[in-house]
Amino acid sequence: MRDQPRFKEDALNLFVFAKRVPDTESKIKINHETKSIVEEGLNFVVNPYDEFAVEEALRIKEAKGGQVTVFSVGSEEAKTVLKKCLAMGADEAILIKDDSGETYDALRTAKIIAQALKKKYTEYDLLLFGKQSVGADSSQVPSMVAALLDLPQVNVITKLVIEGNSGIAYREIEGALEKVTFPLPAVISAQKGLNEPRYETLKGIMAAKKKEIPVITLQELELQSEEIAPQLETVKMESPPARQAGQIIEDEPDVAVKKLVEFLHHDAKVI
Amino acid sequence: MILVYMEVREGKIKKSSLEVLSEAQRRGGDLGMETAAVLVGHGLDSLAPEVSRFGASKVYILENSLLSHYSPSGYTQALLSLTEEIKPEVMLFAATYMGKDLAPRLAAKLGVGLASDCTQTSINNGKLEVVRPIFAGKAFASFTFKSTPQMASLRPNVFPLGDPVDSQGETVKKEVVIPEAQVRDRVTEIVRAEGAELDVTEADIIVSGGRGLKGPENFDLLRELVSLLPHSSLGASRSAVDAEWIDHQHQVGQTGKTVSPNLYMAFGISGAIQHLAGMSSSKYIVAVNKDPEAPIFKVADFGIVGDLFQVIPPLKEELKKVLSE
Repeated sequence: MRDQPRFKEDALNLFVFAKRVPDTESKIKINHETKSIVEEGLNFVVNPYDEFAVEEALRIKEAKGGQVTVFSVGSEEAKTVLKKCLAMGADEAILIKDDSGETYDALRTAKIIAQALKKKYTEYDLLLFGKQSVGADSSQVPSMVAALLDLPQVNVITKLVIEGNSGIAYREIEGALEKVTFPLPAVISAQKGLNEPRYETLKGIMAAKKKEIPVITLQELELQSEEIAPQLETVKMESPPARQAGQIIEDEPDVAVKKLVEFLHHDAKVI
Repeated sequence: MILVYMEVREGKIKKSSLEVLSEAQRRGGDLGMETAAVLVGHGLDSLAPEVSRFGASKVYILENSLLSHYSPSGYTQALLSLTEEIKPEVMLFAATYMGKDLAPRLAAKLGVGLASDCTQTSINNGKLEVVRPIFAGKAFASFTFKSTPQMASLRPNVFPLGDPVDSQGETVKKEVVIPEAQVRDRVTEIVRAEGAELDVTEADIIVSGGRGLKGPENFDLLRELVSLLPHSSLGASRSAVDAEWIDHQHQVGQTGKTVSPNLYMAFGISGAIQHLAGMSSSKYIVAVNKDPEAPIFKVADFGIVGDLFQVIPPLKEELKKVLSE
């Protein structure tokens, strides 16, 4: 339960977690030696799902008051992601410096975040994440942080209402939405459809440029390397098998359709 | 032991959970390990025989009336007490919405690594190895686990169902004790999407549309095909979703869903890289597009260069003929 409100009644301390990822137009090349993707030449952006989380936090703050702080776990380069979130309107941004690169082990990231919130940033009402990072595609960090901090969780949400000390969220499932009620503090993760993220304003960009981004290290968080050693080992990484283009026809529609249905029915046997 | 979490929706076992159980059975054979299954909820006794038929030698039922609706914190509590007691070597989930929500919470409580949404499993030196698509399928990574239980969720619609057998597994029913205050994130209502459509991740056939449809109303043409084709669902490209022609639930691609149906039919979709990533693992791909240079044709097994508005009407008639045979 929330102790005392720190701002005016209803005001919320909102923490958002944003990751730096290659944009979705990127062609992914693999370094087979290091079993990782080649980062040179890629254009990095704020993870698109995290932008929905930032936007939602800003909207809650605008409606109820409070503060929006954005965190990123990553290398110095992740500051560009934090700058963008500041330019969108976040009040503060903090880099949790981790130079290990992508490990594909979500538990490691979740432990780092949970430790930061246990040791240093202990006052919050809502933790907002994207439903997954595009890239690692794990969809694990929000649930894991919730577990490590013993908080309720609602993932993949498309609607959120906060009232007093509790929330109602609608989360996507197969062909339906689940309505979930929960007390604060809590963890939510954003799905596309939750909102339409705003663009940064020129004023926001200028203000973000001037803003200091504090950096905290894993040492400061007193995290021993064995505690956060990845629990998954990458054995290999490969490009997907190339698909062979099949037959492409330019016949009259009636003829083309007959050939297509023949293919689906007799060759592919999928209909 | 390999333990499989069996998801129950509307009183029925999810097909994707049976797929996982079938895969567990195959890997259990490689490992010489017993396969067990676990169900969580209220009033689930009648489901145990079906689970046994798909190869679970033991079916655990974790019963508590507080768990009649899904709650990640409550379900995790229940599963935690069982896994700590029986200590499985491997634990598997279906990578459904529930599986992706629940497995990481349990993994963090157990302090173990988890591989999400895997599309292949194998056994190497007595250990589980999994392959999972990353970057929505632009790359594939293989992982092994450094912690026990080795935990993974498996993508729906990828692993074949085993043949049900006439076997009687043992059912172990446990009343779980959970203080009500610990069940804090509770589903209070399920709101069906209009038409209660089949989710694209679960469909055998996806009929998908892009900007070439020219407007939201023309998705109706694709809906007509969906209504003809068994176990099919409606998909869309990002540009169609961003133009607000259709809900994002239908979006296939890197900021939408990654799918691998038997048949993916792309109408008026040019094939942006982020779209191709999300559907390239489909078994068969059909594309209809006016532009012979559209990248979608590079991955299509069968392509028609032509106007989709002229192709769809005769296609409907031909499909009707074949389907009524």
